[in-house]
Amino acid sequence: MARSFAIKHQPGFTAIAATCFLVLYLPIVVLVVYAFNAATSTSEWGGFSLKWFQSASQNSQVIDATLRSFQIGAIAAILATIFATMAALATTRTAPYRGLTFKYAAINQPLMVPEIVTGVALLIFFSRIKIFTGYSGLGYLIAAHTAFCIPFAYLPIRARLENMDLTLERAAADLYATPWQTFRRITLPLLWPGILAGLMLAFVISLDDVVITEFVKSGGQDTLPTYMLGQIRRGVTPEINAISTVFLLLSVVIVTVFFFISRKRD
Amino acid sequence: MASAEEVAKEAERRDIRMRWLLSAPALLVIFFAATGPLLIVLVYSFLTPGPYGDVRWQFSPEAWIAVFMERDIFDDTLSLAAAHVTIFWRSIKLAIITTIATLALGFPTAYFMATRSEKTRDLWLFLITIPFWTNLLIRTFAVLQIIRNEGLINTVLLKLGIISAPIQILFTDTAILVGMAYVYLPLMVLPIYASMEKLDFRLVEAGYDLYATRFQVLRRIIFPLVKPGVIAGSILVFIPALGAYVTPSVLGGGKNMMLSNLIELQFGQGRNWPLGSALSIAVMVIVMVALLAYVRNAGRSEVRHG
Repeated sequence: MARSFAIKHQPGFTAIAATCFLVLYLPIVVLVVYAFNAATSTSEWGGFSLKWFQSASQNSQVIDATLRSFQIGAIAAILATIFATMAALATTRTAPYRGLTFKYAAINQPLMVPEIVTGVALLIFFSRIKIFTGYSGLGYLIAAHTAFCIPFAYLPIRARLENMDLTLERAAADLYATPWQTFRRITLPLLWPGILAGLMLAFVISLDDVVITEFVKSGGQDTLPTYMLGQIRRGVTPEINAISTVFLLLSVVIVTVFFFISRKRD
Repeated sequence: MASAEEVAKEAERRDIRMRWLLSAPALLVIFFAATGPLLIVLVYSFLTPGPYGDVRWQFSPEAWIAVFMERDIFDDTLSLAAAHVTIFWRSIKLAIITTIATLALGFPTAYFMATRSEKTRDLWLFLITIPFWTNLLIRTFAVLQIIRNEGLINTVLLKLGIISAPIQILFTDTAILVGMAYVYLPLMVLPIYASMEKLDFRLVEAGYDLYATRFQVLRRIIFPLVKPGVIAGSILVFIPALGAYVTPSVLGGGKNMMLSNLIELQFGQGRNWPLGSALSIAVMVIVMVALLAYVRNAGRSEVRHG
């Protein structure tokens, strides 16, 4: 054989990989293209138009659902990130102590349970509390979102902490910094990229949730995904394509920022 | 001497107390809005359904019997509940096929990504990460638009004259399968890639030096080394596929129910909360068994490589 032997080659693997990437992106591209379709029917192309974006932006249900999604997402992501940061500080850079394994298991527990089961459990639990207290506001959704966002926010923060040794913090303590000063001036700035990554992950996860929200929400508390699910079940209009396109764009921007933050740490 | 020891012990105790205090908010939120309510589901599964949903506080094993059995309304005899068995079987079958399909596609993809140069690797990883973090409902909706009768696949096949009438894919088990494989593929690729990235290709070279064929190298060297990633990916796909709600609701129509739709039905029109609870616990049990198998397997392979 004249050519050198390619040890990394496996027959057919590149073709399968190419197909995978193509198949992953093709439906998304079609979805986006049809958001700009002038025709009312989604099956034919009627020329380029922005009218579905316009009609979506004037639809009061869409606006309400979007605002609600952002409100829940922002509050839940911030709370989850604060709690996850505290938990990460409590579970890293230490000799194993009693309860440490329990903490890991408890924090990651929401990841182990199918969403449908959590949804049902919260439906039962919160419906009891609703009868008891008479309160039926957004608090339930925020609590539920905070809980399932914690493990996602925890991951990058913990990863970041584990790569930080205690030298700088010890040096600060030697120089008579109080624990709070050490945290504020040393730990927090070093940890910041991890916290930011956790915050963004939590926000995306909250924004994407369908199942748990569908079960927990009271009447008139649709978020953007549950509103879209309702519309898709009723039949497809290009307006949903337009909303999806904007949503996609938002996800891509957040993921890109996240990707570069978390890559930098290596 | 003893007092120095005591001081150190006291400091350690204070440190641990502080660590419990710090983790308390996260643990409390998760307990009240995720873990704790699961216990209520367990309790509810042993109660009697209320007339308008909810429950009456009266013990009854009826819900658990109804998971797999049907009581004849005339003579009270029990027989196998064909509808439930079908749905259980369909859910488990679809979840397993989805796992196999994503593995068959995801393994070569992860291998392809891991064998690129350092620089381009990040680009491929980014391309997998985008769909991973994109809303699952939107991706399912994208699949819907491709496979429906007026969708891309049927339009192209009709134009090419390969078929004369659109193929009905939407609202079939195939549609659910295609949709789940599509949405969960990144979940399979990412952990396999993470294992594959660390693969030492000198071992592969050694295999070829010893006259192994490409397939032998793949089966005897590469696969065993990335097995933890394969198992992690399979678990990450199997669990959400088994409890999938969005994909079957959107692509399966009303007829092809999966477990999640059956559970939802009990809390909606079915008005049988205990049965819905029992079914939820049953799903949990299947997931636990899968997770236990994973933990045992992962533990074993760590020992072997360590």
